[in-house]
Amino acid sequence: MPVQASETDALVRFVGVQKSYDGHTLAVRDLNLDVNRGEFLTLLGPSGSGKTTTLNMLAGFERPTRGEILLAGRPVDRLPPYQRDIGMVFQNYALFPHMSVAENVAFPLSVRRVARAEAEQRVKRALATVRLEAFGDRRPGQLSGGQQQRVALARALVFEPALVLMDEPLGALDKKLREHMQIEIKLLHEQLGLTVVYVTHDQSEALTMSDRVAVFHDGEVVQLGPPDTLYSRPRTPFVAGFIGENNLLPGRCETVEGAGATIRLQDGTMLHATPVGAVAPGARVVVAIRPEAIRLAETGDNVCRALVRSVIYLGDHQRLICDVANGATLTVKVPPGPGATAGETQALAWSAVDCLAFAADASTDATLNEEWNA
Amino acid sequence: MGRSVALPGAASVAPVTDPTLAAAVHRAARGQRLTALLLVGPLLLLLLFSFCFPIASLLGRAIYDPTMADSLPRTAAALQAAPDGVPPDPVFAALAEDLLAAKQDNSLYAVAKTLNSLLPAARSHVLRAGRFLQPGQPATRESMTGADPFWGEPDTWFAIRHGVQRFTTTYLLAAIDLRWLPDGGIGQVPEGEAIYRAVFVRTFLVAAAVTIATLILGFPLAWMLANLPNRLSGRLIMLVLLPFWTSILVRTAAWTVLLQKYGLLNDLLLWLHVSSDRFDLMYTRTGMIIAMTHIQLPFTLLPIYSAMRTLQPSQMRAAYSLGARPFTAFRRVYLPQVMPGVAAGALLTFILCLGYFITPALVGGPADQLISNFISNYINVELNWQMAAALSFILLALTLALYGLFTKLLGVDRLKLV
Ligand SMILES: Nc1ncnc2c1ncn2[C@@H]1O[C@H](COP(=O)(O)OP(=O)(O)OP(=O)(O)O)[C@@H](O)[C@H]1O
Ligand SMILES: [Mg+2]
Repeated sequence: MPVQASETDALVRFVGVQKSYDGHTLAVRDLNLDVNRGEFLTLLGPSGSGKTTTLNMLAGFERPTRGEILLAGRPVDRLPPYQRDIGMVFQNYALFPHMSVAENVAFPLSVRRVARAEAEQRVKRALATVRLEAFGDRRPGQLSGGQQQRVALARALVFEPALVLMDEPLGALDKKLREHMQIEIKLLHEQLGLTVVYVTHDQSEALTMSDRVAVFHDGEVVQLGPPDTLYSRPRTPFVAGFIGENNLLPGRCETVEGAGATIRLQDGTMLHATPVGAVAPGARVVVAIRPEAIRLAETGDNVCRALVRSVIYLGDHQRLICDVANGATLTVKVPPGPGATAGETQALAWSAVDCLAFAADASTDATLNEEWNA
Repeated sequence: MGRSVALPGAASVAPVTDPTLAAAVHRAARGQRLTALLLVGPLLLLLLFSFCFPIASLLGRAIYDPTMADSLPRTAAALQAAPDGVPPDPVFAALAEDLLAAKQDNSLYAVAKTLNSLLPAARSHVLRAGRFLQPGQPATRESMTGADPFWGEPDTWFAIRHGVQRFTTTYLLAAIDLRWLPDGGIGQVPEGEAIYRAVFVRTFLVAAAVTIATLILGFPLAWMLANLPNRLSGRLIMLVLLPFWTSILVRTAAWTVLLQKYGLLNDLLLWLHVSSDRFDLMYTRTGMIIAMTHIQLPFTLLPIYSAMRTLQPSQMRAAYSLGARPFTAFRRVYLPQVMPGVAAGALLTFILCLGYFITPALVGGPADQLISNFISNYINVELNWQMAAALSFILLALTLALYGLFTKLLGVDRLKLV
């Protein structure tokens, strides 16, 4: 796990941070998080999980109810936002509508009393970085959403802050532009050696862009790690369900032997699975299987027969929605080709390594319900 | 960055040089204009008949007065040929005939009144002439001046000459303390009679004072309201709007109770030991400005409030995060964006104050009467609609000029009323 970052590497440290707006509900529960110098850290989580609150505390717009935030080793509790030197890109861009694009970008320089000639140079360079040289004289209202977004980016970067915060900066853009901007932002991050804390609730965005992802759930970080770890080794059913796609099935643990466990599903089907964390025999569990881990085959650690309800063609792959005996639905992702047709019965197989068993609790039940209601 | 992804926006700056396209755009815009016209059509008609026509016809009275021309047609004709000054006998004969005819059809009083507005105290002389002139006895200069020396004065005939013109600028000039001189030039009215310029200046000064007072009180209040949680600010806005639900007359009457020498305000000041003496607030400029400020506060406040309310909180946060200190952020980000609301509120209050009438009448003293009080006096007491129209005309012209100047300085599209 990459949490072994040394003291000096951490640009930002959240130590036991808690935040409540109203005095009885916690927007952020107990946040302990280090942001390393030069890394691209994404806060990922569903709506209302406390991502913006975390960002706002870091930027200085909100004060933690408890705990401490350290910036470059110094507590920032008493530091007002305008002295933190943190660049921020807002979800609605927050460009100043009464100023031209160039004036917007020059704003952080002029409040720092940078000499006019130098400021002009830097504004030019910043606009060139986001490829908007020709738009300096326009008003923000005369730009498209993507262009406004890039102005906001240039404005947050022009004063060369060590840390840049972005709160769902691509939320308002269409899919194509969003993917394009993801790459642009990532490139800027690498070129300028920035430290970026990025907020999104789009898991694919988090996976594409980040060095590390902190998954938020109900005001807590439930897992922190590089994208591939989160994807292949989720620590909770919530992470398993939130990152990528997963088939989640409730069951009960029968036996545990070393790195393997046998699980009995509700209808009695027995599965070989890999337990995650402490799973004791007799405990209620949730089993997670990735759609791409299921093959159309007769042999494997786990084999079951299923009725193919529908086949969805998606170009590079096709997706089978299958009904299994216990009334549950399995989504299967297979390469395109004449594999299966709707209405026929197929044998599905997957290995025990790809079949994760999590101990179930109240919150997993909620996750399962969400999953099934969706 | 060396990537080959085409950026959107780069293509959109290419100019279009297709004339048929311009024509199509024009056609489409015309269709939209027509629809817009249809939508506002009924309102336009209503405005035309209930607003534009009445106002135009009232203002028309400032320059068009046919009373004397209609009642004294023979005199008017005879005067054409007469030299300046007191005219020869035929004009007197024509005048006598006209006055007798006017007496016959009961229009003599109207003539007397009209002449009176051109020449103070002329009324009684005209009515007296109606009594001493006898039908069938041709009047001469001698007979008439003998009966009443008034008819031998050059001023009298100067006024009659002006009075028989249907179109006249006399009233408009009078409204700005000017008059026609006998030699055909324009001059100041005599010292003691000049009042209107001073009244116009007073009106504008009071309006400015009230506007500034409402801004000083309203801006911080609007800021507070705009930054409160929705539910609370909604209730407080109700309090601000409450005065709107009582008539301006009632509110002004309430102020007369408060401002009296032995009224609540003086009691309070004494009780708080702010002063040991009672202030004269009733019938003073100060009291009047206090009452007007109270009445106008919502008009100034609401546009400011709405401008502040629509400003997104992230604007100020962005300014802070970019390194602006609170005052800088306020000056460079907040103020410019709420300025249209401030300007709209100030303009609204200023223009409404120019027309104030009840409050100066009830709370102000004799030296605090504004132009509307004079207009109302001409309409209700003196029955001199010409003078009322002339004063209204000047007021309207000044107001429009001011509005024009204001919007030119600020840009009318930037005014944000609500
Ligand atoms: N200003 C506020 N006053 C009171 N409660 C707030 C405030 N801001 C956020 N909250 C509450 O705190 C919790 C966390 O909110 P936050 O804005 O941090 O969520 P988020 O993760 O950014 O969600 P989203 O993805 O929808 O932006 C939510 O339950 C929210 O209702
Ligand atoms: Mg948020």
